[in-house]
Amino acid sequence: MKYLSEYRDFEATKRYLELIEAAATRPWNIMEICGGQTHGLVKNGILDLLPDHVRMIHGPGCPVCVTPLNLIDKAVELLENDIIVCSFGDMVRVPGSKTSLLEAKSGGGDLRILYSPLEAVRIARENPDKEVVFFAVGFETTAPANALSVLHAQKEKLKNYSILVSHVLVPPAMEGILDDELCNIQAFLGAGHVCAIMGLEEYYPLARKYKIPIVITGFEPLDLVQGIYMAVNQLEKGTYKVENQYARVVRDEGNLDAKEVIQKVFGIGDREWRGIGKIPNSGYILNEKYKDFDAESKFGVGSILAPENPDCIAGEILRGIKKPHQCSQFGKTCNPANPLGAPMVSSEGACAAYYHYSDNLIS
Amino acid sequence: MDISDLGFDIISLGHGSGGLMTRELLDSIIFKVFSNPYLDQKHDGSLIKVEGQLAVSTDSFVVSPIFFKGGNIGELAVNGTINDVAMCGAMPKYISLAFIVEEGLAVSEFVKIVKSIKNTADKCGVQIITGDTKVVERGNGDKIFINTTGFGPVHPNANIAATQIKTGDKIIINGLIAQHGMAIMSEREGLEFESSIISDTTNLNYLIWDLLERFGDKIHLLRDPTRGGLASVLSEIATDINKGVSLIEKEIPIEKQVAAACEILGLDPLYIANEGLFVAIVDSAIADEVLADMRKNDKGRNAVCIGEITNDHPAKVVLFSSIGGKRIISPMIGEQLPRIC
Repeated sequence: MKYLSEYRDFEATKRYLELIEAAATRPWNIMEICGGQTHGLVKNGILDLLPDHVRMIHGPGCPVCVTPLNLIDKAVELLENDIIVCSFGDMVRVPGSKTSLLEAKSGGGDLRILYSPLEAVRIARENPDKEVVFFAVGFETTAPANALSVLHAQKEKLKNYSILVSHVLVPPAMEGILDDELCNIQAFLGAGHVCAIMGLEEYYPLARKYKIPIVITGFEPLDLVQGIYMAVNQLEKGTYKVENQYARVVRDEGNLDAKEVIQKVFGIGDREWRGIGKIPNSGYILNEKYKDFDAESKFGVGSILAPENPDCIAGEILRGIKKPHQCSQFGKTCNPANPLGAPMVSSEGACAAYYHYSDNLIS
Repeated sequence: MDISDLGFDIISLGHGSGGLMTRELLDSIIFKVFSNPYLDQKHDGSLIKVEGQLAVSTDSFVVSPIFFKGGNIGELAVNGTINDVAMCGAMPKYISLAFIVEEGLAVSEFVKIVKSIKNTADKCGVQIITGDTKVVERGNGDKIFINTTGFGPVHPNANIAATQIKTGDKIIINGLIAQHGMAIMSEREGLEFESSIISDTTNLNYLIWDLLERFGDKIHLLRDPTRGGLASVLSEIATDINKGVSLIEKEIPIEKQVAAACEILGLDPLYIANEGLFVAIVDSAIADEVLADMRKNDKGRNAVCIGEITNDHPAKVVLFSSIGGKRIISPMIGEQLPRIC
């Protein structure tokens, strides 16, 4: 498969693993930001192939994991009130404080699992007598399509379409992690697809301020080992540059069209991150001009609160302070069929990745 | 059969009432298409002669859409059950056939399905010996559900059981994985991807019987990885026998298009449903001959050995990835859901 098989090549991957082994003279802690990268590392067995002293710490870049519990409760509330709720697939199984969207669907709710928010606009067009809400979660990656759905709905003068927004941004999260006194991260693998939209410019000041190497990295095995090698190389040399391993996809300036759409529809605002708490200026909120498309105010669900399960250490997992198997509930009361927290649900969540792919039952 | 002669063009509640309309539906379609000495008696049930061990398997089919690339629900309902009987080491001879139809189904669609069932049953060499038709109100079904039960004598030399599996046994599959699930997925509303992926639905009974004729009890286990895919079947086997299953990722055959569709949708092909695939766990001494035999048959021409049974990592499936790493393959939990990004 063009652009895939080349990046899953055994010999090339092995060469980079040898280079990492030769380059790493000291222990290093590197955080991969994106859940897709965590998934790639675990799924391909790369963690076991790295030298013991090159430790990968799994970052908060799983949109499902960081979407606050109260947002899920809000979506469930909408579903239970005869509103058609449309969502990306892996969001639907995350338990809210009472139930998940999938369970609410079994109870009679009209839940649609979609790949594109533009599909939700079509559903709104075809069901003029029903309200349709798209659950707009994700990082910068999904923001352009979500924003575009609002522009389409506006153009078509659809009054029955709105979005439940929970968009979060990567750079403020990185800053939040680095400001934590328990933080032991020495380099980042930046999230390739986020940068494909946003470009590199936001990362230069971060690298300078915290004197930390940031290597924008892809998701295939060869991408990951090459990104790790570039990070180790910088750490050994003591440099802290922003480098682009994923240049076949990521341009320095990002995707200008996508950024324009985002800026048109969204502004920057405070956001709550599940397990981490409120981070200032860390997410998107709908601009004043598009407030009519805000499901939270349209249906008055903004005030719903939801307490987290006290046994879940998702916050520490998402900040890289603990690994999934260090949780006393891991694989016991908490498993993918009965998750206590979101990282056990999403295929990109660190806990689910450990549960599915590594030697979970021995630990 | 000319559908325009039937005098009705949709199935309605009356067709399941048991009265005259039911009789009309049966006489004009079911008995006409399936006519055989068992059904022609029009009795409450059929009498069949049984000698020796008999394998029985039942399955219900609720696939949506009911027509898809490479088949339809009727063909699936025959092949699926036939294959389950074959996996027991038996040659299916008879099947039962029960429909639950949602009122409003076009008779043309119903007839198409019935004819396809007849064709498939003929291909498999099975007779439909009893059946039932119910009609439910609109909204209480999804066009049509089908249940079939298959019966057939077990091969005298077969001894198919998980307990027969030994360390060192080879794991062989007959073809490409994830075809059926992805064919269905590509036709679901809202997914918006066009492909020419076709379902692999087919009958495996003759291929299996040939293998049993030649290799008998050296074939230790047969399973068809339908729902839950290859990963779920192998995880179950590993747990049942408390031995390890080791898989070589690069040996697992998958069509480029199917792999690409899985990538785009964020799905793992190891968990995607198959309908014409089987796993044979065989004595290592005969593995090469089994492969050679299977490859001569059209339904096994992509046969390949994908791994073996080991004493390492008991009760777990470990996959050796293309880049030299390894990972545990766990059973599927709930439905596989597409990822956000």
